[in-house]
This record gives sequence, C-alpha cells and structure tokens, in this order.
Amino acid sequence: MLVADPRTAAAWRRFRQEIADAGPERRRAMLRERANQSRTTDLHMIGRAGLGHVGGDLSVLDILTTLFFAVLRVDPEKPDWPDRDRFVLSKGHTAGALYTTLAAAGYFPEAELDTFAAPLSPLNGHPNRVKVPGVETNTGPLGHGLPVSVGMAVAGKLARSSRHVYVVLGDGELQEGSNWEAAMTAGHRRLANLTAVVDRNRLQQGARTEETNSLDPLPDKWRAFGWDVREVDGHDHLALLDAFQHTGDERPTCIIAHTIKGRGVSFMEDRVEWHHKVPSPEQISAAVAELAR
Amino acid sequence: MSATVQAETFDCRVAFADELIALAREDERIVAVCNDSVGSSNLTGFAREFPDRMINVGIAEQDMVGVGSGLALSGYVPFVCAAAPFLTGRALEQIKADVAYSQSPVVLCGMSPGMAYGELGPTHHSIEDLSWLRAIAGLGIVVPADPAETRQAVRWAAGAATPVFLRVGRFKVPAIGSEFRFGEASVLRPGSDVTVVATGSMVSRALDAAAAAAEQGLSVRVLNMSTVAPLDEQAIRKAVRETRAIVTAEEATTTGGLGAAVAAVVVASPSPVPMRMLGVHREFAPTGSTAFLLEHFGLTAADICRAAVELVGSHA
Repeated sequence: MLVADPRTAAAWRRFRQEIADAGPERRRAMLRERANQSRTTDLHMIGRAGLGHVGGDLSVLDILTTLFFAVLRVDPEKPDWPDRDRFVLSKGHTAGALYTTLAAAGYFPEAELDTFAAPLSPLNGHPNRVKVPGVETNTGPLGHGLPVSVGMAVAGKLARSSRHVYVVLGDGELQEGSNWEAAMTAGHRRLANLTAVVDRNRLQQGARTEETNSLDPLPDKWRAFGWDVREVDGHDHLALLDAFQHTGDERPTCIIAHTIKGRGVSFMEDRVEWHHKVPSPEQISAAVAELAR
Repeated sequence: MSATVQAETFDCRVAFADELIALAREDERIVAVCNDSVGSSNLTGFAREFPDRMINVGIAEQDMVGVGSGLALSGYVPFVCAAAPFLTGRALEQIKADVAYSQSPVVLCGMSPGMAYGELGPTHHSIEDLSWLRAIAGLGIVVPADPAETRQAVRWAAGAATPVFLRVGRFKVPAIGSEFRFGEASVLRPGSDVTVVATGSMVSRALDAAAAAAEQGLSVRVLNMSTVAPLDEQAIRKAVRETRAIVTAEEATTTGGLGAAVAAVVVASPSPVPMRMLGVHREFAPTGSTAFLLEHFGLTAADICRAAVELVGSHA
C-alpha cells in the first residue's frame, strides 16, 4: 500500500482553503489550472507507460478535480477515516486521471506516477484499493461502481453518518444492466446521500454511444428510476460545484456532465480513436503546449 | 447399513437462519442482503427482528453482490443470501471483482446448492459453483455437512474478515457431529485402506459407505472437507501416504470442484495413489427429485462403497 506525501497533502489543504475563500472567477481559474496540470501529468504518464485511456482521462479530469479539490470531505493523510466521503470511479479504465488527481492531493508521492503500468507497480491499468490509498473499490469491468456505491450509501444511512457517496460513471458503461439494477435500488431506498456523475462524452471505445446502443433520453431514464437529475457542462467547474452542492431532497442525485472526450487537446477532442491510442512524444509536446496556453 | 440412514434429517438453512439471528443480536454490524429470497433464504425471522438490517434489492443479483461489497467496505458484515445458482452464476464477475479482488469481507451465502431444487431442473441447480469459485483467488469456500457445522461456519464467517462463500444446504442431511475448523479437514472415521474425501451432503453418505465397506473387510477413512478452498493439502498428503486409494464425493460437477482439487494434490505426491471422483461429470441433470438425481449420478452410499472396493479390492 502506498502512503501519503505530507507536503503535497498540506499544499492540497491550503488549496482547498483558498478555493473556499475565493470569489467565483478566482475559484474557476484555480480549478481550471489545477485540472490542466493534471492533464499534463496524465499525458506524460501515458507517454512513459505506452498505454492508458487518454480520451476518457481528459474528459473526466474536470469532474475529478472539482470533487477532490473543492467538494469531497476527505483527508489524504487518513484514507481510512470512517466518516470520509466515498469516491468511486466506476469507469476504472480512466485510472490515469484518478492517479494523477490522488497524487496531486497527496494520497501518495507524485513520483510514484512514473511507475504507472510498470511491472509490479501498485498503479495498475485499473485501480486497486488494496494498493492505492484513496481507491475505495476495485473497478475495471464496467457496471460495478454504482452497485458498490449504493451499498456504501446504505451503510452511511444505517450508521446515521453524514458522509456522502460520489460515483463517476462513463456514459458507454450505462449499457451494462447492473447499473440499472442499482439505480432502481437507490431510487427505491431514497438514497439522498448518493450522487452519481455521468461523464457524458458521447463516445465509447468503438463509436458514438448513440450509434452503438443509444442512451438518450438519458435524463428521463434516471428520472424514471427515482433520481433527481441535473445537467451541466462537465468542464465548467462552477457549474459542477453548484450541482454538487445541491443535494438534500429525498432522492439520489444524478449529474449528467456533458463533456468532450480528449478535452483540452484539439487534435484529440471528440475523436473516437483517442479512446486508448498512445500519443507520440511530438503529440505530447503539442498537447502540453496547448494546455499551457 | 448403519444407523444414520434412518436418522432424523435436517435442512441446514434453518440452523443458518437461527445462528445468523443470534449473531445479529450480539453484533449490530451484521446485515443480510438478498434478492427477493427472504423466504427461500429463511430470512423471514431476521427481517422481522431487524427490518433496517435486511436489505432486499429485489431480483437483481449483480446489484445484490455489489451492494453487499459496499456495506462490507463500510464496516458492516453482510451475509449476501440467494439461491446458489443465481448468486454464483449471475453475479460471478461481482464476486470476482467487487468481493475477492477488492478483498471485501462479504459472506456470500449460496442457498439450496447442488441439485437441491431437483425437478426444477439444471437452471436451478448449482453444481458448477465449486468449479467457478475455486478459480477465484482469495475466496474461501465452505460447505458445511450438517446443522451444527453450519452454525459453527456462520459464526466463523461473521468474524473472518475475509471474502467467503458459504454453501448452505436445503437437501436434508443427518447430524454427523463434525467440528468446523476453517481450512482443516475433519477425520470422521479412521481407516487404512481407502480414504473417502467428501463435502456437504455427501459426508453422511461417505460415513454410511465406510460402514458398509467395513462389512466387506475394508478399512475406510472418512474426511469431511468442509473447506474446499483453501484445501487442507496436508490431510490429502497424509491420506496418500497412509491409504491405498482415494475416493472423492461432491454434489457438484467434477470439472473443477473438490475432486479436482484433491487430484491436484494427489498427482503432485511422491507416490500417487489411484483415485475415483464421484460427482456430476459435465452433464445437465434430467428431471427428477434430489434423491433421485443423487442416485442417478452415482452419489449414494452404495456407490461410494463400490468405488472404494473397486479401487483396492474387497478383503472379505
């Protein structure tokens, strides 16, 4: 099991405080910059490893950054704190985005990212809770994160804890039936302590979701299962923050975050081939330069 | 034949439910999760006494196992109960990823396993479970042989803090007085000619077989292998050294269950002994009651006795 990096964790705590104190525009700028730093780190990491899911990493990073740097009640130095909020990345193939975010928050030293996907590294292609602090359950096969999160939310209610459970789902992953079993359970049990975020980038591995097995009308589906649904621009940190702050009626919340796969790198944006294509060193340089602008 | 043939027999689900309720009174972390199977999992009493701790997700086994894992990862001790075929077949990937690989201490309770559902047919039989689950790393597999052992296994599982599959029988079995120790075979009868390694519903039949073999001058050792994984390899190696043949008996397919596990130890021994694996040999069952099907597939005491005699010859 990796251990926390106290210096980075301290910096993360300062950042959290600054975000809390800042006005909206400053807050937006800080989160945008933080997310783009993670994008840069992620691109380098994937380039080094020679594998990864770059498109989905770039689409989900604004959601992860907003959660870890402005929303989740967690402590990277106490990953087992019983009353922490729970975060589950159901789209486990974007482990790279999670690892860069966790490292930036100090859950483990950022230098560890150099080992991503190397032999015997704790940073496997899909996240493992036994090896990586901040990972709550092992994901990878799709359709697993929501049922486990429902169990965590049921546990929170049983324990009368104020902790909240957040789960990020891919949109293509919603073709797995297990999600809808769990969505039904969450609606039926009125799990107001559960928020599911759908990274709605409209692309799956091989094609557009709507050409493969269409998901729309997606908000109606979640509503029909008893969820309170909001739709936001999944790259607008303030809109995400606003959506995360609204919970509390008696239903679970589904945030459909409209995103762009490959977000931030013009030649990757909304292109299906960047699901898990590995960028060349030249492409990484170009991408990093674009993100720095 | 021996007295156990006429002995009173029991549905282990009753002992399971009694013990679970007793545990839940002592420990509020105990919860039950099920798939609409409150009745068939014998959880009616639990639900009455602990309505908040009975999480019935409806007919949704993948959700059920995921929810169980989420509860376990949050400090609860979930007993996830469903008819064994649906628990293990429908939710196999959840058992692998959410429970075993995540090291989430869920107690998966496969109710009415084997061919307990008799005439309902192969869709409702769970003879593949031991093969499927034995392939999953880090998952304990426990198959109690009678009500007392079921109680002990339930109590052990609640405190085990490790992923475990508990096979809870519905087909009535006599009390055999075996003591449950996780990972250890119980020697229920000493013997020097042949060892019968049995699990679950086959254990009492193995004892009857040993008594019948004794009448033919054969000394048969009976091992109750109530933990199928991890296997008590030491007990098998001892049987290889001390007896001349091994018979395994399980109400399951022999593809990868108890017999296959025992065989792997036997062939790796310095001087392997001949073996016979009794079970279902990669076949779907025809229509019939459980008792009929056990006879049909050669899983009676007489069949076990015959296998032992054929392996080493009668001394009578």
